[in-house]
Amino acid sequence: MSLPLLDVDNLTIRFGGLVAVNKVCLKIEKGELVGLIGPNGAGKTTCFNMLTGVYEPTEGRICLEGRDINGLEPHDICAKGVSRTFQNIRLFKSMTVLENLLVSLHRERGYTLFESILGLARFGRREREMRTKAMDILKVLGLDHRADYVASSLPYGEQRKVEIARALAATPKLLLLDEPAAGMNPSETAQLAAYIQKIRKDFDITVLLIEHDMSLVMKICERIYVLDYGQLIAQGRPEEIKKDPRVIEAYLGGSVGGTHA
Amino acid sequence: MTYVIQILQLLCMNMILAASLNVINGYCGLFSIGHAGFFAVGAYAAAAASKLWMPEFAAAQPALALIAVVLIGACAAGLAGLLVGIPCLRLTGDYLAIATVGFGEIIRILLLNIEAVGASRGFPGIVLLTGAWFPIWVVVFTGLSLFFIHRMMRSSTGRAILSIREDEIAARAMGINVRFYKTFAFVVGAFFAGLSGGLFAHFSQFLHPSNFTFMISVMVLLMIVVGGMGSQMGAVIGAVVVTLLPEILRFNETLSSIRMLIFGLIMIVVVLWQPQGLMGLYRKLIPERSKARRA
Repeated sequence: MSLPLLDVDNLTIRFGGLVAVNKVCLKIEKGELVGLIGPNGAGKTTCFNMLTGVYEPTEGRICLEGRDINGLEPHDICAKGVSRTFQNIRLFKSMTVLENLLVSLHRERGYTLFESILGLARFGRREREMRTKAMDILKVLGLDHRADYVASSLPYGEQRKVEIARALAATPKLLLLDEPAAGMNPSETAQLAAYIQKIRKDFDITVLLIEHDMSLVMKICERIYVLDYGQLIAQGRPEEIKKDPRVIEAYLGGSVGGTHA
Repeated sequence: MTYVIQILQLLCMNMILAASLNVINGYCGLFSIGHAGFFAVGAYAAAAASKLWMPEFAAAQPALALIAVVLIGACAAGLAGLLVGIPCLRLTGDYLAIATVGFGEIIRILLLNIEAVGASRGFPGIVLLTGAWFPIWVVVFTGLSLFFIHRMMRSSTGRAILSIREDEIAARAMGINVRFYKTFAFVVGAFFAGLSGGLFAHFSQFLHPSNFTFMISVMVLLMIVVGGMGSQMGAVIGAVVVTLLPEILRFNETLSSIRMLIFGLIMIVVVLWQPQGLMGLYRKLIPERSKARRA
């Protein structure tokens, strides 16, 4: 019996009187591709923010590989192996694509400030190694021809990919994708689906994604959690979720088992 | 000739000041306008070191003593940066700006009241260490300071500092310890402002709190805005423009008397039409010199 990669128990956060996320439990095994869906305002991004240390949960426990990461600073959680993308793209806009990735590699630079100021050998060697590593990631994602472009000058779809590449450069065990298909058309979304599956295979990581686009989630996720008003209302395989009356009600509203079936 | 050498020394000190403020404002995106405070701490600490703590050493070994006292000034200012930075860097934007202005004024008023450094009478009798060689030392210190900052910004540390300016939330999520690197950038900026102050103390041989008013902070800010925020070359060019312009205007009596007006006008023109400063203009005119490409 191995430990799950991510074990979230009884996760709750209150903002004043509002319970934004209420007693949510998630268990994600290594290598899984899991979806987290729900209507607007259900608390999905708030969950991500707690998983990455942006918010501290009011109650509950977050364990990564059996170790409690609750209450750690975001940069420490990143070091433990959780990295993410953002719903509204947050690239380092005026830096180049390669530099964006190099920021994620900062933790493993392996040289001191004085070595870099004196230009000692280890600085040069480690910088070359970091660049090679970043370029390798860009190659896998088909972005290597964009390495020297200013991030904000790229088209929207590529900016999304760069954000995923930047998250991968932090060598995560668990990758959190917050609405990767937001603002994409159906054919771009289809490409993205293949893309996410490729990433999971090539980088051997576990993925948890928030998504509104049902076609994407149903197609690629092995398991799905559904949130509504901060509570987990369903979980299971995509085909089970599709039929679940509570999910249909949450998404379409109205009476269960109405005429829409 | 003496006049020209004096101006060039002032120019060097201003270059260090501008480059150091550029680390804080331009690279890290923290809006600090209390730089005169760090300049003052460095100047008084270095002056106190050479006049009060080690006058014999200064007389026996002027070159070594100069290096020592300038570094003492820089470290004192760096320490001040750390003490101010830890509480103040929780603030952002305008609030940080107000806190740093407050810091600058507190330093000035403290100096007005500390008897050991002359209080409101000023601090006279600082020896011009190394005599005729002093301008050479100024150039050496300026070169080393600019080199240090330049190399730092080309390392991973520099990218971490830049990423905070670009997007603080993303930087944290990518493993950058934002609080540490903000404080670090602040301390580095304060350190070099203090270094410049140590040189200034021995250059002018007399210090008075009125040398370190809020206007000095504004002048340094003007340098990096004119030159282009977030560019070391811009800071250097800005220092040249802001230092030499009043000297050129000095030859015409009317222009000389309205020089602050001219500065204000330059600031307005730059902010309205060329917010990226002279370096931004240069990049716009000669884009192929820049390595980064645009889709």
